Amino acid sequence: MDEVRPLLELTGATVRFGADAALDRVDFRLYPGEVHSLMGENGAGKSTLIKAITGALAMDEGELRLAGERVSFATPHEAQASGISTVYQEIELLPNLSVAENVFLGREPRRGGVVSRRLMRERAAAVLEDLGLTLDPASLLGTHSVAVQQLVAIARAISADVRVLVLDEPTSSLDLDEVAELFRVIRELKARGVAILFVSHFLDQVYELADRITVLRDGELVGEYLTGELLRIDLVQKMLGREIGEVRARGRVSEDDAEDGSAAVLRARGVSVAHGVAGADVDLAEGEVLGVAGLLGSGRTSLAHALTGVAHLESGVIRIESTDARLDSPRHAISLGVVYSSENRRRDGIVAELSVVDNITLALQSERGVFRRIPPARRRELAASWVDALDIRPPDLDRPVGTLSGGNQQKVLLARLLALSPRVLVLDEPTRGIDVGAKVEIQNLVSELADNGMSVVFISAELEEVLRVGDRVAVMRDGRIVETVAAADLTTDSLLALVAQPGEGED
Amino acid sequence: MTAVYKHRLFWPIVSLITLIAINAIARPQFIKITMRDGELYGPLISILRESAPLMLVALGMTIVIATRGIDLSVGATMAVSGAVALTIIDGSGDPGNLGTVLTACVVALLVSLVLGAWNGFLVSVVGIQPIIATLVLMLAGRGVALLITGGFITTVNSEPFAFIASGYLVALPFAFLIGVVAIVVMSLVERRTALGVLTEAVGINPEASRLAGVRSRSIIWGAYMVSGVLAGVAGLIYASNIRAADANAAGVFIELYAILAVVLGGTSLNGGKFSIAGTVVGVLIIQTLESSILFLGVSSAQSPVFFGFVVALVVVVQSPRMREGLAALSGRMRSRGPGARNDDKVEVA
Repeated sequence: MDEVRPLLELTGATVRFGADAALDRVDFRLYPGEVHSLMGENGAGKSTLIKAITGALAMDEGELRLAGERVSFATPHEAQASGISTVYQEIELLPNLSVAENVFLGREPRRGGVVSRRLMRERAAAVLEDLGLTLDPASLLGTHSVAVQQLVAIARAISADVRVLVLDEPTSSLDLDEVAELFRVIRELKARGVAILFVSHFLDQVYELADRITVLRDGELVGEYLTGELLRIDLVQKMLGREIGEVRARGRVSEDDAEDGSAAVLRARGVSVAHGVAGADVDLAEGEVLGVAGLLGSGRTSLAHALTGVAHLESGVIRIESTDARLDSPRHAISLGVVYSSENRRRDGIVAELSVVDNITLALQSERGVFRRIPPARRRELAASWVDALDIRPPDLDRPVGTLSGGNQQKVLLARLLALSPRVLVLDEPTRGIDVGAKVEIQNLVSELADNGMSVVFISAELEEVLRVGDRVAVMRDGRIVETVAAADLTTDSLLALVAQPGEGED
Repeated sequence: MTAVYKHRLFWPIVSLITLIAINAIARPQFIKITMRDGELYGPLISILRESAPLMLVALGMTIVIATRGIDLSVGATMAVSGAVALTIIDGSGDPGNLGTVLTACVVALLVSLVLGAWNGFLVSVVGIQPIIATLVLMLAGRGVALLITGGFITTVNSEPFAFIASGYLVALPFAFLIGVVAIVVMSLVERRTALGVLTEAVGINPEASRLAGVRSRSIIWGAYMVSGVLAGVAGLIYASNIRAADANAAGVFIELYAILAVVLGGTSLNGGKFSIAGTVVGVLIIQTLESSILFLGVSSAQSPVFFGFVVALVVVVQSPRMREGLAALSGRMRSRGPGARNDDKVEVA
């Protein structure tokens, strides 16, 4: 393999958004005829790397070589012209056009300067046949299933003279048969010498398909490995990162309390959400922190949504205190004392253009109702007390929240929820993408709140953090809680083994 | 001084004053106000009076735009409102009776409320994009108005009804006072309740607002209802002014002028932060401009081009890039690379 020159070579790629580096001096190479998987948690820099390769984003530093020649793409169109095609997770095709038109959109075959529909259909049929698809090129794309649309997107990508094919989570909306079909196509392209960059958060698929794996974490390169030489558990460990250090479990809540469902503040049985979590049982005692560990796509976020009225339950019951609750909205959950902080702070959390005061008092104000306005003096007083208590910086109440740092935005969100005096706090990756200082502050805050009787569900991709903060840890895999273990009985290694796959720890 | 300069209403107000000043210099009687029989007259007073329908519609539009929406149906709602009121007055035995006129107005406003509620239902419950949802009524509404009037232009001779557009109260045009009441009520509701900030939150980040427990649906729905009712009032003023219900002419293009007024007032079409005062200034700019066209004797053939040219000028002067440029000119000279700004794209669900 080493004699073969890489088809695509990226060196020292750096992309900054403001002060933060989304990609920090990352090297990446792709050989012809290989499937190379890019792995990493949310925010690791996978999308940024792909965008840097496909010209969707300009690099601040670093260089890109294609077949040994230095290239620089200003637009995805330029990249495509050089043989780099991309298929994104969200299908970016036009459902109101025909299959053939979608395949050749923007480069319609012409005859005598005029777009020839007949030629277009013929060629589209040929490309589709190549992929083993029997489908009328003249039919409207929107009439086909998502899987077929996905394959059409790939047909579009390979209908040009493709040398590098980038597949960004192409399987997330497909079922098993469809995945198999897609894999068959990918293998065939690989056999033709196409270099394929395959991004998926499903470990099984990666191990089935990829020849090589590159791991990113927090925008940095962790390493490049041959799939056959990398144990699953090692991969997971590299993705999540791990500081070897003392891990102390809090262990304040005794086993008995935790096991005794009657003492539960929140109790869920058989909770299922479509395409998310299946049959999850959760017991949360007063003053307990339940850590939730699992990889991206394990259902950890769906579980949070199920418990907080964000997602509609397919089945299962949730009991808060001693009453059964059919949570039909976040508002309903809030009224019962269950609040949720999203993993996606910017999209689902802060209201960026509103001030710190407005953001902190938003939930409280909505709970009181539109016409019972909190008097301005009281709002400021309330916000100021939270800014002080959580050490939000800068301590400027009128500053738009969007201009604060990630850690401070997270604190504003926490303040918004804590102002409601909730009984159950569900935090989905509250420390993601924030600096170490703020991280520790938030972990300590959670412990303090639990000491004062609040029950917390703490979801995090970082296992140390889950162990440090949680009393017990619910391990999630493939949409299920596979085990709930007292944090004191776990080490990062044993938790890692549970998160990755059972039994994999031994081999 | 810098605080004044940076205020979001600075440029709109400068534009308005400049317009008035140009008129005053060209023909000094433009700013002349006379008192006759205890009533004020003059070009500026006419502007206030004539601006009332647009003022009402634009106030409603401001709230709708703040929720990330748009209401294209306001002109059609005006037509329906006028048609309903005049049909009732015309059908009654006594058009001059105050009770009849009041009943007619109330029914017309209730119908407008229903139309607004329909828009709000489509947008907030069914989840149709606002531009499409309100387009339905924009196109169908005039048909409804025509059905109500039986396809004719219904005219009435009713003193109380004519009062709405041409009457005077405490020396000021009644129509203008209606506008003032609407401005005051909307400002009070925004200031004294939490509706203002919750509307902004929903407009800026609907999902975050939902997660924070905000009743986004009710807020959006309510915005369209307010817009409907205000358009209904505007329709009454329009019908009163011409003493007729003309389904084909009432409020034609007013939705576009209202959107323009909102934008001139500094409220972004992306939703979120809104300014009622800004919209008021925006409406006055548009109305002053329309009056200037008449007053300065621009020929009717040239007036649309003239209007468009001035609006383009005002919009360009108020654009962020231009402001930055002006700020840099008047302040310290700073060099700035081109294309440094990247406006956030707004996803429309």
